[in-house]
Amino acid sequence: MANMKAKMESRTIIQNAMRAAILFAALVAVLGVAQPAAAQDWFKTGTGLGVAKARLAVADFGAADATAKPLETTFHNVLWNDLEYSGIVELVSPSFYPASVPTQPGQLHPTDWSAAPANAFMLAFGSLDIQGTSLAANANLFDVRSPTGAAVLQKIYRGAATDGDARKLAHQFADDIIARLSGGLPGIASTQIAFVSNRGGNKEIWLMDYDGANQHQLTHVGTISLTPRWSPDDTRIAFTCFAPYQKTVSAQICLYSTESNRLISFPRYKGTNSAPAWSPDGSKLSFMSSAMGDQGIVVTDGDGSHMRRLTLTKSVSTSPVWNPKTGNQIIFVSDRGGEPVLYQMNADGSNIERIAMPDMGYVVDPSWSPNGQLLAFAWRRPSGNFDLYIMDIVSRSLVELTRDAGRNERPSWAPDGRHLVFESTRTGTRQIWTMLADGSEPKQLTFSGLNESPNWSPK
Amino acid sequence: MRERSLRQVAMVCCLAGFALLVGGCKKQVGAAPPAPTPAPAAAQPTVTINASTTSINPGDAVTLTWSSTDATDLSIAPGVGRVAPSGTTTVTPAQSTTYQAIANGPGGSATASVRITVAAAAAEAPPAAAPGMDELFRQNVQDAYFDFNKSDLRADARSALTRTAEFLRSYPQLKVSIEGHCDERGSTEYNLGLGERRAQAARDFLVQLGISTDRMTTVSYGKEQPFCTQSNETCWQQNRRAHFVRAQ
Repeated sequence: MANMKAKMESRTIIQNAMRAAILFAALVAVLGVAQPAAAQDWFKTGTGLGVAKARLAVADFGAADATAKPLETTFHNVLWNDLEYSGIVELVSPSFYPASVPTQPGQLHPTDWSAAPANAFMLAFGSLDIQGTSLAANANLFDVRSPTGAAVLQKIYRGAATDGDARKLAHQFADDIIARLSGGLPGIASTQIAFVSNRGGNKEIWLMDYDGANQHQLTHVGTISLTPRWSPDDTRIAFTCFAPYQKTVSAQICLYSTESNRLISFPRYKGTNSAPAWSPDGSKLSFMSSAMGDQGIVVTDGDGSHMRRLTLTKSVSTSPVWNPKTGNQIIFVSDRGGEPVLYQMNADGSNIERIAMPDMGYVVDPSWSPNGQLLAFAWRRPSGNFDLYIMDIVSRSLVELTRDAGRNERPSWAPDGRHLVFESTRTGTRQIWTMLADGSEPKQLTFSGLNESPNWSPK
Repeated sequence: MRERSLRQVAMVCCLAGFALLVGGCKKQVGAAPPAPTPAPAAAQPTVTINASTTSINPGDAVTLTWSSTDATDLSIAPGVGRVAPSGTTTVTPAQSTTYQAIANGPGGSATASVRITVAAAAAEAPPAAAPGMDELFRQNVQDAYFDFNKSDLRADARSALTRTAEFLRSYPQLKVSIEGHCDERGSTEYNLGLGERRAQAARDFLVQLGISTDRMTTVSYGKEQPFCTQSNETCWQQNRRAHFVRAQ
């Protein structure tokens, strides 16, 4: 136990060092020793690994006329926030920018930006043009360390001349910049988050942009809707719904099409059916069902047909998640050993194995990272609160992401594998938050009503 | 003198900064940075909500009374919506409903709730001499309570269910829905499974006592429809139960 605690501490010291190498150097100097063994516990999320992030300046885009000005403000703010939140660039403060700002490549003087005080590596700039009801963002990303300026990205983004589309175009430009500067990481600025909110009276499924904008109610089932899960192709959301039927009510699986914006049919099964999860190719659904006996994991085809049972014990097994890389393993929660904890099995139900933890307590809400290497989950240790952890699936090493900040539950990975969305009670009520996968930069997305069970769209 | 005190101040600052660096790092490692704190002046909102009565017959009205402090946005769900910082309103819930008041303000947010239980049938209040079936149901049908994380029947649950079975035997026309409920601990998804095991445990015991399965249905609400919302053992125990509702 003591050894474990020491190891955890050394791990977390290193985690902190990921955030600030200077602080790490200071710690080493102060503590005198950096435990060499701890180096093996180094945990890579791809977050803050290098201290030398690209220094990026983002110029105000020129607005063609007064009508374009409000859209330019939206565009700039959204672009700035997207880039800042990506965690892969260091944004140069606008107070260091030269007096004259280019809006097209011919006006660019690279040395104005690469020299002190800006010291920028890259500059994003351009202009917004309105033609009738359409909007065009002429966007450029230039390497200003090259004396003549080298184009990294030049693209025209088109949409309608609305605030919503100015926001959308900024997200697209941000994703392109992030992909260029990170060596191909998928940007998440155009992704969405499905979640459960009681703002309309009942718990229904809601949607919002990844930054919390455009929150709107999706379903109107009128009872209790829970646990939304995006299909891998982004076109459907499976969730748990309480559907009345012939004077009885029970938890069932519901499907919502985000293409046709309506519920699509899914078979009604006996008993309690909940916590759906898509196989990575979208061809199957796994969920908890008591239709075939005890509360166990079943798998069906994507349309709900051909139910097969995967677990057979007299206990509760639920919250299945598929290995998103291979589709060959499922991790789930079961209380077959007493308390609910995590188990792993093959996708056909064979080779069930308990995922051993270094301490007791509830281990629930598993979420498998897009690259298949990490598992995020909520753990209620005997001493305390629900907190979020990440486990490296191969080495089983752990990193704690939250502490002493309310209940933190239901993590869900962003498609970039670097951000998590989760629910937390740290403000006094249950709300949706995002953070980087090392626990840093928590950001609250919802503020009114009670909000829970977020699920990040796969693209 | 002046120079010395300056030096002292500088020294103290230095030490404090150093302590902050070392102490702060050791303690805070791994923890999420604290939530953005509101401006110092903004106080955490408070809210209370009460009902004129918590148990009614269908069609009866209930007066909700609420008050709040430090809230800029107050709403009551379901069905009431945004309301003034304090006030009253009348509601006529058709079925048992938990009204929740949610206060948001610059200092955070707070919630309070009150549950109105609506009798299952549309019967008028029974005369005192001959209590109606709803009254009899309430008096004789007892819920089964469970231990944390468990779905097996305790001794008190067995005796409660034995009494329930006697009543159901005396009124063979009665049908019941058995609702499984859980306390707020544990995940939503796990509690949906656990709640169903509790409802099934109660049903299976009644079957052993001779009650026919076609008179009983089960449903799990997990932790979605709590009887109370406090985070203490008294309330948690109230919520860990198989609850009987008269069915048609």
